[in-house]
Amino acid sequence: MNEWVWIAGMALVTFAVRYPVLLLVGRMPLPQPVLRALKFVPAAVLTAIVVPAVLFDGNGRVVLDYTNAFLAAGVVSAGVAWRSRNLLLTIVAGMASLWAWRWVLTIVAP
Amino acid sequence: MTQSHPHPTRRAELWAGARDTFPLIVGTIPFGIIFGAVAVTSGVSAGGAMAMSAFVFAGSAQFIAAGLAGGGAGALVIVITTLVVNLRHALYAASLAPHMKHLPQRWLAPLGFWLTDESYVVVVSRYSRPDASPHKHWYHLGSALFMYINWQFCTWIGLIAGQSIPNPRAWGLDFALVVTFIGMLAQFIRNKPALAAAGVAGAAAVLAHGLPNQIGLLIAALAGIAAGMAAEAIWPASADAPSASGEAAIDE
Repeated sequence: MNEWVWIAGMALVTFAVRYPVLLLVGRMPLPQPVLRALKFVPAAVLTAIVVPAVLFDGNGRVVLDYTNAFLAAGVVSAGVAWRSRNLLLTIVAGMASLWAWRWVLTIVAP
Repeated sequence: MTQSHPHPTRRAELWAGARDTFPLIVGTIPFGIIFGAVAVTSGVSAGGAMAMSAFVFAGSAQFIAAGLAGGGAGALVIVITTLVVNLRHALYAASLAPHMKHLPQRWLAPLGFWLTDESYVVVVSRYSRPDASPHKHWYHLGSALFMYINWQFCTWIGLIAGQSIPNPRAWGLDFALVVTFIGMLAQFIRNKPALAAAGVAGAAAVLAHGLPNQIGLLIAALAGIAAGMAAEAIWPASADAPSASGEAAIDE
């Protein structure tokens, strides 16, 4: 019962964030500096999502050594992405290196 | 696609949008399945989990909401948290809007509803390509529909399989989406200003990681955008290849 209240609320606020900006910003001319700023959105947002996901462990600590399999897999996938520009290859290489690294860690640092 | 048309047809754009979204679908599949599984273990009903995927359609907000609901949070906390977590979509909408201003309501409303991280990064590249195709919104539709249908399907799989997967996160499958975003980044970081934007956003995201409700993500994104603009003032874009987004918008 209560569940449907917060799910309806989530649906409303999410649409309210996505749609009105699309509607209003499209109807008015944006100043040049704003347009220049908006082209950095993909690089900035994606990096802000990816970097913490790679660096932090489950307890909110930054782990910068070889025991962090996410960091290892992140470095491998960044290298593959940079060289190949192939998204599917990057995903496969990233996940394969994550699992391979974890397997190695079970041997080296059990 | 027929050779006689100067631009790709609607159907060709629709199909190309779906096709170009496929790698991100691969990265999203485990995410959706894990959501379905986690929702059940958090005490959200199966109908509630499906309703979230169908009517909210925002992956990370759905995860956080399920977690909050499982912890006994009230409706107001969940709704406000969802708002904050999804504020980045306003940036996406602002970024896409100059390319979509010719579209009528019946296009803007559904495409707005279907806006996600994944569709955004695919679609912004298409809108920014210099060709004058009048059907780029069909590409957008193809990307959005594919993401939406896949998300419903994966949520459903997760609900069914949730009981039989003991600890889905332990496999690290949710990392597939991070790897996908790393792959996408390669196409957006093509010049020094974009590199500066990414570097500052990444550093700020680490520093602001402790803040609640992913507000750190928004702060980091804004810091990165500011850094990109500052860097562009130092290294004008003319010396570099155009970045993936925005150049076409500036011309308008």
